[in-house]
Amino acid sequence: MTAHVPTFGGFVAASAAAGRLVVQPRMGFGDPDRMRAGLGRTKAATARTAGTLTVDSYTRVNDLAGALAAVREGTGLNGYPIATHSPDTTREVLDGLYGADFPVQVRHGSARPDAIIRALAAAGLDATEGGPVSYCLPYGRTPLRDSVAAWERACELLAEGARPGAVPHLESFGGCLLGQLCPPGLLVAMSVLECVFFARHGLRSVSLSYAQQTDAVQDEEALRALHRLAGEFLPAGVDHHVVLYTYMGVFPHTERGATRLLEASARLAIRSGAGRLIVKTAAEAHRIPTVEENVRALETAAAAAALAGPPEPLAADPDGEVYQEARTLVETVLGLHPDLSRALNEAFARGLLDVPFCLHPDNAGRSLGFIDPGGRLRWARTGAMPIRADPAAGAAPLTSSGLIAALWHVAGRYDLPGDDDAPGEDEGGGRRERPVVAPLTV
Amino acid sequence: MKILLSGTASDSHTWNLVFLRLFLEEQGHEVVGLGPCVDAELLAAGCLGHRPDMVVLSSVNGHGYRDGLAAVRRLRAEPALAGLPVVLGGKLGIAGHRQETEVTALTEAGCDAVLGEDLDALRGFLAARARREVPA
Repeated sequence: MTAHVPTFGGFVAASAAAGRLVVQPRMGFGDPDRMRAGLGRTKAATARTAGTLTVDSYTRVNDLAGALAAVREGTGLNGYPIATHSPDTTREVLDGLYGADFPVQVRHGSARPDAIIRALAAAGLDATEGGPVSYCLPYGRTPLRDSVAAWERACELLAEGARPGAVPHLESFGGCLLGQLCPPGLLVAMSVLECVFFARHGLRSVSLSYAQQTDAVQDEEALRALHRLAGEFLPAGVDHHVVLYTYMGVFPHTERGATRLLEASARLAIRSGAGRLIVKTAAEAHRIPTVEENVRALETAAAAAALAGPPEPLAADPDGEVYQEARTLVETVLGLHPDLSRALNEAFARGLLDVPFCLHPDNAGRSLGFIDPGGRLRWARTGAMPIRADPAAGAAPLTSSGLIAALWHVAGRYDLPGDDDAPGEDEGGGRRERPVVAPLTV
Repeated sequence: MKILLSGTASDSHTWNLVFLRLFLEEQGHEVVGLGPCVDAELLAAGCLGHRPDMVVLSSVNGHGYRDGLAAVRRLRAEPALAGLPVVLGGKLGIAGHRQETEVTALTEAGCDAVLGEDLDALRGFLAARARREVPA
């Protein structure tokens, strides 16, 4: 490792100042040698890259015995078991790669991240992602109250455990939630609220995420709202940037469609001033991608970003629906209680925040999103949230084929022949029903 | 039929569960959903509590084989659940293709069907079970 302590936020800021978008894979392998090879190839890619250690599912749910058993059995894991491999092993994985010119972020999905935070700090790392809501509600059964408490400790551990000179970085996963079919106002609000939470618990460098949704103009509006609300609600002196995720839902099945969607996300990132892009690969619809496929995705995104030129004048309304919705939600939650932990718990208990399609018992489950005829993601129902739904849209009951059509909306459009950001019409091929038991892997 | 629908222990995916609930209800079944990250103990307790006619396990995170095997073994170890039909669908491993040895091991452990991602196969399996329920 280099003597100079790398700072994740500083690397992204310097890249942005140089006009370079930082691109980053989601990559994790159980085997240390393979993980090291993946990081090495990420660093060597023709792109401005940050490295990723994605943690496996057993570690994510704190089944450390399960992770250890899988390693001993030689079962392929879907990520790097950072709390099972020793700190020395992880240091060897990073040795000579991790440094000021190649920051590495640990990505996981844990509602109780103590073990992961301790393990990453022990290995000399200090950048990760998550959040009390975004790593709890969508994906597991940990009570929200427990996740909020665990994330308070996690923030403090991360902030206090850093080496001298380091600036620990925490990214909110709030702009992703279930990955797709959540109208942007709620995604933006969650990113802002979680980053305010991080700042209140000691973090001085954060990033606000947003996952590409169904409509490029609406997405740009959301990303601009995120910038603006970050400026309005984060304390002065907290370093922050915006990170965009290439579409997190059902991915196009054709290589061409997948590549076009990836390129569209890179252009969106440039247009809307995101500092970093988390890419997806053409293999994503089928299985966990290989290192080579990840590198190809990084280079494709970097090339599309480089060709996109400087940010253009605004296509989206900076004071539009997304900003207004998000601001209302953020202000409502912050107004509930001075202690943001209590405010978040109360907001969900009262349905003032309500994630559509989320099965978690602490989520009210009364909201519903839909894709309007113009392709924008909007609210059919808002439950008790202080925002308005489209009254006409809530009438039709949700069916399995309607859900499949919505889940496949973007993939279908990009799999059809057509032009970049505005691919073929949504009728016909885009509405095909596919027989799948597991309709997507996000 | 009353169907208990569940994710597996390490799998936090839910779109599959949201979709399958709608699909099964549209086929005329009553659905009890346990949600994601259901370990073998919780699954067994759910089956003992809800008394379903069938269990549908769905996994997409690449650990379907390992988690599914533990789940089925746990159910079969419970005398009251020894005969409860269990079907597993989704992804068994991280390789993206079906391993027949894994299917065999799951079947030998007591899984009645291992369906991959084929919805028609699930529809067929349910129809066959429903016919068996109605005496000739």
